[in-house]
Amino acid sequence: MKKDLILCGVGGQGILSIATVIGEAATKAGLFLKQAEVHGMSQRGGDVQSNLRLSDSEIYSDLIPKGKADLLISMEPMEVLRYLPYLNKKSQVVTNAKPFINIPDYPDEAKLFAELDTLPNIKKLDIEEIAKQVAMPKAANMVLLGMAAPFIEILSVEQLREAVKTIFAKKGEAIVETNLKAFDAGVNN
Amino acid sequence: MEKTLLLGDEAIALGAIYAGLSGVYAYPGTPSTEITEFIQNNQTAKERNIHSRWCTNEKTAMEAALGMSYAGKRALVCMKHVGMNVCADAFVNSAVTGVNGGLVVLAADDPSMHSSQNEQDSRFYGKFAMIPIFEPSNQQEAFDMMKNAFELSEKLQEPVLLRVVTRLAHSRAAVKIDEVKDMNPFNPSTSRGWVLLPGIAKKQYAGLIEKQPQMKNAAEKSVFNREENYGQDLAVVACGIGYNYVKEAIENYGVKGIKLLKISQYPLPEQAVLNLTKDCKKILVVEDGQPVVEEDVKRIVGDKAEVLGRLTGDLPRQGELTPDSVAQAFGVKIEEDFPAAQNLSNRPPQLCQGCGHRDVYGALKEVIKKYENARVFGDIGCYTLGALPPFQALASCVDMGASITMAKGAADAGLFPAIAVIGDSTFTHSGMTGLLDAVNENANITVIISDNLTTGMTGGQDSAGLNKYEAICIGLGVDPKHVRVVVPMPKNMPEITKIIEEEINYNGVSVIIPRRECMQTLKRHKKK
Repeated sequence: MKKDLILCGVGGQGILSIATVIGEAATKAGLFLKQAEVHGMSQRGGDVQSNLRLSDSEIYSDLIPKGKADLLISMEPMEVLRYLPYLNKKSQVVTNAKPFINIPDYPDEAKLFAELDTLPNIKKLDIEEIAKQVAMPKAANMVLLGMAAPFIEILSVEQLREAVKTIFAKKGEAIVETNLKAFDAGVNN
Repeated sequence: MEKTLLLGDEAIALGAIYAGLSGVYAYPGTPSTEITEFIQNNQTAKERNIHSRWCTNEKTAMEAALGMSYAGKRALVCMKHVGMNVCADAFVNSAVTGVNGGLVVLAADDPSMHSSQNEQDSRFYGKFAMIPIFEPSNQQEAFDMMKNAFELSEKLQEPVLLRVVTRLAHSRAAVKIDEVKDMNPFNPSTSRGWVLLPGIAKKQYAGLIEKQPQMKNAAEKSVFNREENYGQDLAVVACGIGYNYVKEAIENYGVKGIKLLKISQYPLPEQAVLNLTKDCKKILVVEDGQPVVEEDVKRIVGDKAEVLGRLTGDLPRQGELTPDSVAQAFGVKIEEDFPAAQNLSNRPPQLCQGCGHRDVYGALKEVIKKYENARVFGDIGCYTLGALPPFQALASCVDMGASITMAKGAADAGLFPAIAVIGDSTFTHSGMTGLLDAVNENANITVIISDNLTTGMTGGQDSAGLNKYEAICIGLGVDPKHVRVVVPMPKNMPEITKIIEEEINYNGVSVIIPRRECMQTLKRHKKK
């Protein structure tokens, strides 16, 4: 079995933390993994993405071929569209529903959501609102991971939940609890 | 055996530490920065007191590493590809002096220019200097190769180039870690070969030429180069991470009939390439970067086979390889399920909210409105983003330090006002010598050293001239009355615009230093 994931968003939204949690779970499960990240200048408020490939056999390319992504996890709704060439009709999309507008020519929101709704498998949630209600706004990325967790398949929801604990352990019990609440809210919404 | 999830850069760093490294010398540059940062934070490196402090530029780094090698220790130099241009003098000559302790030069190339101004291929530098080159195809090889690279360097008594590209440098995979080696004992060289007077240099260069067959032989027998046989319809020479994309095409798209030669060590093993022509009349060269190997393969096979690659258009001439471009070279048709997105805008990076560079450009824009021919010459750093909206303030951005010297040249030609904007770290990297040129001719330029106390764009590394900028400028001969320091904040706008205008109107070299800490490092300092 293999799963190709694209994580995307805007620099500073915390997509690399999502990747770190999945990476931890995958390593513990003994899966093969390759994760290409974007560093450098584009982290300053520009579009960012990470290609995350998981498999039970050896992985060659660090990049996912076009049309082969199984799951797209996006911290920002417009950013979903940037990776359309990597999706196919069966791909699942999990995205934040709330736009992050830091450019003057952000598209008309009604048109943007109409276009997103043409995708066959898309799940949208205002993750920031949910994070605010159950945990804290900064944990929005863990809400998104929770939403995506049932679709990762090669790892179980429980394996991912354990990895959330491990990754945040060094920041203290309270931070672990906050992020677990956010993750669970994502799973259950 | 222990397995750890590592970035390509981290695998190189850990590989070097485990190979008995004594010092890393580097100037930060994407995608190479994480190598030195990893060594700075690694426990074994700390216990062994491995040198890892940042250098002022790539040339000082290369020379210091050569000095460490002279003393018998293993040294690593790291830089992004354009850093090779900065250290080229020392690099090329280090092949003529040869080395004592193992010396590995790491160049991280950036095909597709994710964070760079060109996509030059560092393998040309390796060929130019006539030394062996290693090019890992994955993180495990990157780790393993460090040991081989240092050993080969000491065996040949020559520096070795290790070339990676962004996709390997910034991609994570699990790496198996083996035993850590002892560091070399202190053992300074007594050879006369380091003194490159013409008489000695001629002998040294003859020695370098004599070593070429040994280097070629090492590549022919390298454990990192191998043939994989899936047929004889088409031969493929796949270099570095190009190998991964070929394997992906075989597995994902069922591409058949390939005789594959994986290359991760150079000089290109000619015999291995010639062997391909026994069964195949066509050879596709898959290499990330420029067509270095493609040209070599053409020369080697002559009319024995047709050579395809970037020069023939079978692969794109520009940009990094992708699994898609390589699959297409095998005739695979890539189909897209969805039409092109309709409601999608570009989202370029931008200066952080609250960043001092913003206030500098705000003030500059206000002042230069008054001058018809005003030009602002830019430099390399976060502040290069001043070229994009909303500021659109820059006339140029070429290489480290060029803001000052281009402003001077334009002023020589009569341009007024000629303004340079350069960051603190870029100024000490390559701006100081240009400022001295300007002082010596009393050029009519205004230099703005936008000082955020750090090397910001690469993530906040030490800035070599911290707290020394006024002293450096005055020491180089700038009139102390025309070295002005301001704090770039919106409330100081009237003062800043007034000072910029005064200094523009001063007929000579003036330096304005807007100084306020980078927002990113400030956040980190507050957390601590």
